Amino acid sequence: MQQSTLSTILNPIERDAGAQKLWVRRFIPALVMLMLLLFWQIVTMLEIYPAFIIPPPIDVAEKFYAVLLDGRLWLHTQATLSAVLSGLGVGVTLGLVLGYLIAKHPLLEDSLAPVIISLQSTPIVAYAPLLVIWFGSGPTSKVITSALIVFFPTLMNTVVGIRNVPRPLHDLMRALRASRWQTFTKLEVPAAMPVLIGGLKISATLAVIGAVVGEFISANAGLGFLITLARSQYDTALVIVAVITLAIIARILYWLVTLLERHVLAWQSRARTI
Amino acid sequence: MGLSVRNVTLVYNAPGGGVLPALGPVTFQIESGSFVSLVGPSGCGKSTLIRILAGLQEPTRGEAFLGDIPISGPSSRVGLMFQDSNLMPWRTVQDNIALPLELGGISKQERYAAVENLLPTLGLSDFGLAYPGELSGGMAQRVAIGRVLIQKPEVLLLDEPFGALDALTREQISVDLLEVWAQYRQTVLMVTHDINEAVLLSDRVLVMSQRPGQIIADIPVTLERPRCLEDIYSDVFGKTAQQVRAAIGR
Repeated sequence: MQQSTLSTILNPIERDAGAQKLWVRRFIPALVMLMLLLFWQIVTMLEIYPAFIIPPPIDVAEKFYAVLLDGRLWLHTQATLSAVLSGLGVGVTLGLVLGYLIAKHPLLEDSLAPVIISLQSTPIVAYAPLLVIWFGSGPTSKVITSALIVFFPTLMNTVVGIRNVPRPLHDLMRALRASRWQTFTKLEVPAAMPVLIGGLKISATLAVIGAVVGEFISANAGLGFLITLARSQYDTALVIVAVITLAIIARILYWLVTLLERHVLAWQSRARTI
Repeated sequence: MGLSVRNVTLVYNAPGGGVLPALGPVTFQIESGSFVSLVGPSGCGKSTLIRILAGLQEPTRGEAFLGDIPISGPSSRVGLMFQDSNLMPWRTVQDNIALPLELGGISKQERYAAVENLLPTLGLSDFGLAYPGELSGGMAQRVAIGRVLIQKPEVLLLDEPFGALDALTREQISVDLLEVWAQYRQTVLMVTHDINEAVLLSDRVLVMSQRPGQIIADIPVTLERPRCLEDIYSDVFGKTAQQVRAAIGR
C-alpha cells in the first residue's frame, strides 16, 4: 500500500481535483520549468564555469538537433528502449508468476525468502558487472539487469496484493461454488489490481535505471553507453541530451501506466467522487 | 426445504496442544418455509454454525442436513449473506448482483434481464450501473440481498446481515426483508444481536449459551403475520422479547 500512497502524491490527477482550477495546475509546473531554464541560461552567461562543465541550454538544444538528424540519438534510444521494454516484460512476468505462487504457497515463501531478500538488499550496481561477464556486453545483459531490478517490486506487490484479498470475498466465491480459475480471474486479479498497478508504476521507472546501469558497465550502444562516451570526450552537451532523453523515456512509460490505471481502475475514481 | 442440525460440535486444536471447544453440541430443526433467528452472546459460535450450514466449514462431530441430504459443501439451493455487504468494489451494482449467475455460466443477456427484474424490488431501479463505493450502507446491503435472491435459493443463511447499518436503516431494511420473505417463503436462519429484530421477523427464536455455544432456549413468536414495524408496541411482542432477554441472561 506504500506504493499506492506514493503514487497518489506523484500523480496530480489523483489529488483533490476540485481544489484548484485545471489551468493553474498545468500552468504553474510549466512556469517552474521555464524559470529553471532561465536560471541555467543566466549562470552560463555569467561565464563562471567553462562550457564543458555547464554548457548553455542553447548548445544543448543544438546538440539535440544534431544527433537527432544524424540518427545517433535514435540508434541509442532504440537500443535502450528495447532493453527497457524487454526487461520490463520479463521482470514483471516473472514477478507476477512467482509472486502469485508465493502468495498461495507459504512453503515456497519460506524456501525462497532468504535468496530473494539477500538479492534484493544487494545494490544492483554491485553485481551488474557479474551479469556483463556472464552474458556479454550485448543487449542480453541489459535486459537481465533491467528485469532483475523490476522483478523485486513486482514480486512484493503481487504477494501483498494477492494476500490482501478480503477473506469474506473468498468465502463468497466458495459459497457460490466458483472454480479455481473463476476465483483467480473474477476475484484475485481485480482485487489485487490497484496494488499491481502501483507496482507497475514503480517498475516502469526502475526498468530504465536497470538498463542504463547495464550500459554503464559495458556496452556498444544505448543511452547509457552514449553518456559514458560523451563524458570521456568532454562533450557535456551530449551527456545532457542523453540524460534528457532518458528522462523523457521514463516519463512516457510512467504516463502509459497512468493511462492503463485510469482505464482499469475507473471504478476507484468513480467511488472517490462521493 | 428444511434444515436440521444433529449434535454438531466444533473443536479447534489449541496452539499449545489440547483442544478449544468452539461450538455445540447443537441440535435443532427448522421447518421448510419458516423464519428462525439465532441470538446469543458474541463469540458463542453463531457465525461458525452459519459457516457449517453454508458448507464452508466441516464440523468436528455431528451432522447438518439440508432437507434430508447431509451438507458436504456449498449448495446452490442455499443463499448466504455476510456481516457486511461484501460487494466487489470493482463491479457495478448489476454485475455484483449477477455474480452467482455469471459463475454458473448464464449468458450476459439472461443475467441482465434477471437483474433488471430484481432491481425495482430492491429499490435500486436507477442504480444498476453505480459502483458500490457510490452507495450508502443500506443500499449496499440491498445489493447484497439482490445477489442472494437472484440465485432463487430455498434456504437463506443470514449472518448478522444488518450489523453494519445504523438503527433507522436497519429497521427499514428488516421490514423490506420481511416483505421479500413473505413473497418467496424461503427457509431462513438469521444470526443477530438485536432481540427486537429477532422477535419481529421470526417464527422462532433460538438462544445460544456462552462459548462453546449450545441451544439453551427455543422461543416461539406467536405474532400474527403479515407483521409491520408497529407490532413492536404490542403485548405479545413485549412479552416474547422479555422471554428472549431473560434466556440470554441465564
